[in-house]
Amino acid sequence: MERGRLIATMQEILGPQGVIHEREQLRTYECDGLMNYRVIPELVVLPESAEHVQKIVQTCYDEGIPFVARGSGTGLSGGALPVEAGVLIVLSRMHRILEVDLENQRIVVEPGVINIWVSQEVADEGYYYAPDPASQIVSSIGGNLAENSGGVHCLKYGFTTNHVMGAEVVLPDGSVVHIGGGKVPDAPGYELLGAFVGSEGTLGIATKITLRLVRKPESVRTVLAAFKDTQEAGGAVSGIIGAGIVPAAIEMMDALTIEAVETQVAPGFPEAGAILITELDGPEAEVASQFDKVIEVCEENDASEIRIAEDDEERALFWKGRKAAFGAMGSIANNYYVQDGVVPRTELGAVLKRISELSEDYGLRVANVFHAGDGNLHPLVLYDNDAPGEAEKAEKLAGDIVFVCLEHGGSLTGEHGIGEDKKKYMPKMFTDDDMNVMQLLRCAFDPHQICNPGKIFPTPRLCGERPGPFHMHPVQKAGLAENF
Amino acid sequence: MQTRRAPLDDLQEIVGTENVREATAEDAVDGVEPSLVVEPGSTEEISAVMKLARSEGLAVAPRGGGTKRTLGNPPRELDLVLSTVRLDEIIEHVPGDQIVRVQSGVKLETLQESLAEANQILALDPPEKGATVGGIVAANSSGPRRYKYGTVRDLIIGITVVLADGTVAKAGGKVVKNVAGYDLSKLFTGSLGTLGVIVDANFRLHPRPESARTVAVEVETPQAAREAAQAIVHSQVEATAIELHWSESAKLLSVLLESIPAGIEAKEEGASFLLKSFGEVRTLTDEETDNLGPLSPPGEEDEVALKVAAPPAELSAVLDSVLGAAERRSVRPRITGHAGTGVTYVGLSGGEDALVEVVEEVREIWVRRGGSVMVHDAPTSFKRKLDVWGAGGDYLGLTRRVKEKFDPGYTMNPGRFLGGI
Repeated sequence: MERGRLIATMQEILGPQGVIHEREQLRTYECDGLMNYRVIPELVVLPESAEHVQKIVQTCYDEGIPFVARGSGTGLSGGALPVEAGVLIVLSRMHRILEVDLENQRIVVEPGVINIWVSQEVADEGYYYAPDPASQIVSSIGGNLAENSGGVHCLKYGFTTNHVMGAEVVLPDGSVVHIGGGKVPDAPGYELLGAFVGSEGTLGIATKITLRLVRKPESVRTVLAAFKDTQEAGGAVSGIIGAGIVPAAIEMMDALTIEAVETQVAPGFPEAGAILITELDGPEAEVASQFDKVIEVCEENDASEIRIAEDDEERALFWKGRKAAFGAMGSIANNYYVQDGVVPRTELGAVLKRISELSEDYGLRVANVFHAGDGNLHPLVLYDNDAPGEAEKAEKLAGDIVFVCLEHGGSLTGEHGIGEDKKKYMPKMFTDDDMNVMQLLRCAFDPHQICNPGKIFPTPRLCGERPGPFHMHPVQKAGLAENF
Repeated sequence: MQTRRAPLDDLQEIVGTENVREATAEDAVDGVEPSLVVEPGSTEEISAVMKLARSEGLAVAPRGGGTKRTLGNPPRELDLVLSTVRLDEIIEHVPGDQIVRVQSGVKLETLQESLAEANQILALDPPEKGATVGGIVAANSSGPRRYKYGTVRDLIIGITVVLADGTVAKAGGKVVKNVAGYDLSKLFTGSLGTLGVIVDANFRLHPRPESARTVAVEVETPQAAREAAQAIVHSQVEATAIELHWSESAKLLSVLLESIPAGIEAKEEGASFLLKSFGEVRTLTDEETDNLGPLSPPGEEDEVALKVAAPPAELSAVLDSVLGAAERRSVRPRITGHAGTGVTYVGLSGGEDALVEVVEEVREIWVRRGGSVMVHDAPTSFKRKLDVWGAGGDYLGLTRRVKEKFDPGYTMNPGRFLGGI
C-alpha cells in the first residue's frame, strides 16, 4: 500500500487526531526505554477502542504491513522498538477502567491503563493489584502483560502472568478472541493465556484485560539491614528463606547503588557494603513471629545496623530509595547500561564474585541492585559515552554478566524481556530445536510474521508460508478460501 | 474401532524387548484398546518411538499413572500407549532455591515424600492417588490448595517435551523468575497429551506449613454457603482452602488454615468468628478432616462427574442450577467444590438420558454466563451422547491452529480434546 493511501485509510478509521505521520513527530516514538536502538516507524496510530485496534490490524493484515504495539514505552529490551515501513500502534489512549468486580476480586481494564491506577481504584475497598514493577507509576497494564513484568513483591505474590486472568486479543489476522476465563477459572482448551502473557507483543494485541485483585494484608512490616558486603547480606537471605519464610519482598543493594541513591533521593540509608530490605505481610500473629526471626537472622549474619520501618511513611522511604536505584545512577556516572539476569538463589554469592572480577577486568564500575529472593540481578554497568570505545565495552561486559548467569543455571532475563536487545543471546540458553518449537506457537498466532516481527528470536522461522512481504492470494481475498 | 498392528520389532529395538508388551483390556482408553504398550526409559527413546509412530501412522496416547484415562472424549483411534513409568527420577532438588526438576513418571506422593525431608512441598494436591507429575501437568489437575497456591500453571517453571515428529524441546528453566522465550510449560499444562509427550518438568516449591487446622460451618442453604465462602475470601485470614461438601446427609463449608505454630490460633479464631453467623462452627479433628476427603471430584463407579466453573461469587446460583436441574429429573447430586475459586464438582447417578438432560441444562446456563461445564468422568456410553468439553469459545480456531502446528498429523491422543482435537 502506498504511504498516502495508508495514512488516509488510518485517518478514516481513527480521525485525523489519531494518526501521526510527520517525520519530526514520529521521532518521539523511535525507541522505548532502551535507547540504544532507534527506528522511525512509517506511521503512528492512536486507537481509542478495541474496534479501532481491530480495524488497524485488519488493514495491516490485508496489506501485509508489519505492526508493533506500544504502551507507555518504558520497556527495557526494545520490545516496542518500531519496525521500518511498519505501523506503531500506541495504546495509551485506551485507558479506561471498564469494570470493578470486587465480589469476584477482578478488575477489567484497557491496555493503556497505568499499573498504579489499578491499585488506586480499589484501595478504599481494601484491595490492590500485586505486580509492582519499579516503573509502575508510568508503565501500562498492556505493556506489563506483554513483558510479564515482575516487581519487588513478586516473590510471594507472583508475576504478571499469575494475575492476568483473561484477555480480549486482536490476533495478527484481525480476528478477535477471548482467552483465559476472566472471572471463571479453568477455561477448557489449551492454556493460551499463559502462553500469550510474556510473549512480548509478538502474538497479538490485548484490548481488554481482566486482572486479579488481592486483599490487602492485615499487617505489613519492613526492615532495612546494613551489612559489610553482599556476601554477608546474601547469607541473611539464605537464612530467611531457609527458615521457611516467604517474604513479600527481599531486596538488596550494594555500596555503589547506595551511594547513587543517596546522592539522588537521599533516603538516609546507612553507609554500608550492602543493604537488605525485607518486607513481610499477612496475618498479624504470623507476621510478628516471622519478623522477629528475620531480625534474628540479620543479627546472626553480623548486620551492622537494623532499622525497622515505624510507619507507612518510613516504609515508603525505604522503597523510594530502592525504586530510584536505576535512575539514580545518572548522579554517579554519565551513562549506564541496565542488565537483567537471573541465577538460582544459592548461586548468588558465586555470581556476585564473578561480576566483581569482570568489573575489574574491564575497568568499569558495576552497581548491583536486585531481587534477592528470586535471584533476579540488575547489574548496572557504568560508563562514559564520551570516552572512545567505552560504550561498546560496557555492552560487552553486560553480555558477559548474563553469560555468567547462564553458566550458573540461570536465565537471560527475569523481567525486562528479550525483545530486540537479547535475541542474539537466545542461542546461549536455547537450542535451535527449542526456539523452533517456540516459533510453532508464533506461527499459529501470526503465520505471516507481521506482529512485532524480528523480536525475541535471532532467526525468524517461516511458517510454511511464502517468504518475503506477504501478498494475499486473490482466491483468499475474494473470500473463497481460508488462510492457507 | 479397528486398530492397526503396531510394529513390535522396531519398538523392541528402540526400548529393549522387556519394555514393549501387547496391550490388554486394562490399557483401553474409554473403550478403545491399543495394540501395544511401550515404556521408554529416556528422552532419546521417546523421540525414537515418536518418529517411528509418526512414520507408521500410529495414534499415540501418553500415559503416566493412568488415573485420567476417563478424562476427555473417547479417542478417535489408538494404537500405542506410551507409558512414562520408567521416567521415575527426581533429577534435582535444591532446597535453598526452592525448586525441583523431576521426570514426568514420578508419582506425586513419591515426590512429596522426598521434598518433605527438606520441609518443602510442591503445592499441588489433586485428589487422585497414584497420579504422576507428567499426568498432573497434562491434565491440569488441582485440589483444594489451589485457593492459596494457584494451579499447575502458577507453579511450573520449565519443561522438556518430545513432539509428535520426535523433536526434543525445552522451555523455561530452573529459576522461578524467567521471561526468556515463550512459556511453553504453560501451553502444555492441560493439553492432555495432544501436543507432545512431557518428559520432565521443573517447579517452584513452597515451605511445608508447620501447623494446620480445619474450621467448618454447617450451612443450610446455597445462599449461606455462598455468604460464608465470601466472608473468608474478603477477609485477611489468608486461608489455604475453602471447600464445600454438599449431600443429603451433610452440608458443610470447611476452611483449611495453615500457618506457623505462633500464627495458627489467631487464624482459627479469625475464621471461626467470620463463620459463626452462618451456623454452628467447629474445628474438625484430624479424623473428621480425613473423612471429608477425597474432596473432589466425586467420580464413583457409574457416576457421572461434572466440573462446573463459574465466577466464585456465583456459588449459590451454581448450587441452585444443579439442584434444580437434578431434582426435576429425580436425580440426587453429590456436590463438592473449591468454593473460593469457582470450581464445583457434581456427582450424578441415575438413568443416562436423564443425566444428559441435567448436564445440558446446567451447561446452557453457565456457558451463557461465561463459565463452563465439563464432564469430568463418565462411562463411555454417556460420552457417546454428549461432548465432554462443551463447545469452547471464540478461541477454538486458534486452539486448532496451535494443535496443527505442533502435531499436524494428529498423532497424539486424537479426538480426546476440546473440539475433537
